[in-house]
Amino acid sequence: MNTDMKRRIFLKRSLTAGAVGVAAGAGLLAPQQILAAWNKAAFEAKAVPDALNALMGSGATEPSDAIKIKAPDIAENGAVVPITVDTSLEGVESIAIIASANPVPLVANFNLGKGAQGFVSTRIKMGKTGDVIGVVKAGGKLYSASKGVKVTIGGCGG
Amino acid sequence: MAKSSIKIRAKDKDGVTTVKALMTHPMETGGRKDKKTGKKIPAHFIQEVVCKHNGATVMTADWSGGVSKNPYISFKFTGGAKKDDVELSWTDNTGKSDMTSAKIK
Repeated sequence: MNTDMKRRIFLKRSLTAGAVGVAAGAGLLAPQQILAAWNKAAFEAKAVPDALNALMGSGATEPSDAIKIKAPDIAENGAVVPITVDTSLEGVESIAIIASANPVPLVANFNLGKGAQGFVSTRIKMGKTGDVIGVVKAGGKLYSASKGVKVTIGGCGG
Repeated sequence: MAKSSIKIRAKDKDGVTTVKALMTHPMETGGRKDKKTGKKIPAHFIQEVVCKHNGATVMTADWSGGVSKNPYISFKFTGGAKKDDVELSWTDNTGKSDMTSAKIK
């Protein structure tokens, strides 16, 4: 009886361990699939047109009044610069935020799915004074707007 | 699991859901140097953020190290209703990830 009980416990334990192993395996696979989608070339580009080319397939953007960029005129701390991009354009597919003076200009690219509105807000780092460019892809075309932000203390290394 | 690294709020107003989220992450660019040793601090930043509403992706964000430490993100979408599920997950460049979900209020 006693050995039988032990055997049962042993079985139970090995079964749970097996389940955990499978879960961990699935967890390991997922990030690789996601990382494949991350556009390495665009995020390593050192110049704004290169980044746009790699990201959107084109470096040409059309200035648009329908895009509003909310950012401070003077950022006291470049490590945290609040940026809001708001657009009234129809059929927005993605919104990219670019800090033109940064070592890596492309900061973020938001791919908007069904139902998402042309609005994103986040906080970025800025190495030095420069333009913040919001690039909106709508209906297959690229539109942009920019705003100058003066940075008094840099946020990239310093 | 330890406490989630993500704080998320989703609020519905006149059919438009505003999602606000805060993540806890160092967001190292890889270009910064350790002041004591002079060595470069390896890059460690969130690469992708995915937000789902009732299982359907409404937004994915690809980031570089240029997003501030402990990132904040906010966006809006239509089609959400109160008590719907909103799920947010991130994956960083070392393969770590975290996710959390909340109900639309």
